Amino acid sequence: MEEAGKLSRYLYTVIVLFLVWIPLTASLDTQELEFGFILALTVGALTYPVFTTRGLANLHPKRVAYAIAYIPYFLWAMIVANLDVAYRVLHPARPIRPGIVHCKTILKTNPGKLGLANSITLTPGTITLDVDGDDYFIHWIWVPDEVLQAKSEDEHAEHASEAITRPFEKFLKVIFG
Amino acid sequence: MNVLSATGEALVLIGTFFYFLSTLGLIRMPDVYNRMQTSTKSATLGSLGVLVGTGFWAVGKGYSWAWIVQTLVVATFLLLTNPISAHALIRAAYKRGIPLWSGSVVDKYHEHLKKKEETVEEAPIEGDAE
Repeated sequence: MEEAGKLSRYLYTVIVLFLVWIPLTASLDTQELEFGFILALTVGALTYPVFTTRGLANLHPKRVAYAIAYIPYFLWAMIVANLDVAYRVLHPARPIRPGIVHCKTILKTNPGKLGLANSITLTPGTITLDVDGDDYFIHWIWVPDEVLQAKSEDEHAEHASEAITRPFEKFLKVIFG
Repeated sequence: MNVLSATGEALVLIGTFFYFLSTLGLIRMPDVYNRMQTSTKSATLGSLGVLVGTGFWAVGKGYSWAWIVQTLVVATFLLLTNPISAHALIRAAYKRGIPLWSGSVVDKYHEHLKKKEETVEEAPIEGDAE
């Protein structure tokens, strides 16, 4: 993916830093805002090369809308994950059948892959072990039958991706490209 | 007792329950991978519940609104960083050679690493370029 211009990347960094500053101080006093803006300009100038490659294109309305819609979706998946953990921990027979499975992703950008790895770690029964290009290696606490009995490597990855990465990819594909 | 205080108390209670599950998971699970699995998830949601609950509770008790905004910032920070630390720990455990539990059914990562090693040995120039 092509890099955005320097000014666009710098402005995006300043906007994000300033948006973090406001809840950190939790005050709308003019003096606080002015100083926060100066700090955002300074820190942004020092750090924008490592922060973003796409600049203001990240603030496309469709991306922001999907990012906001992703929050409740993700929180719900997280609550389900914890109820799942509660069930496995409290059940006397301890119903676990762990294994490391192989998934493939369609995401291309690094922030997208990071977001997907984080989402996988916090959702039911899975934790990301390693990411290598398009390949995700995921420790699954209960490997289902169709993944376990897959004939070939491709079939295995297909079934595993269907269950683990697909639900998030439809959001992250739009948010991070 | 108003609604905000009650919500906050309920959230803190739920968060503590998940903290308890997290420690119980550490005791009951058989190997390091499953322990990371249970402890990461429960501890993250437990922290979220306790932090946001504290914010609500403080506002309900008559403290300033800044409480809830700032606890939300801390909660977001935890939510974004906790899975990364879990990933780093579990990956380090695997690279160090800690074995999976004997009941584990499949290990595709081992196969992948082996395959990669073989291709590097067969074509060393390509391997260096990577």
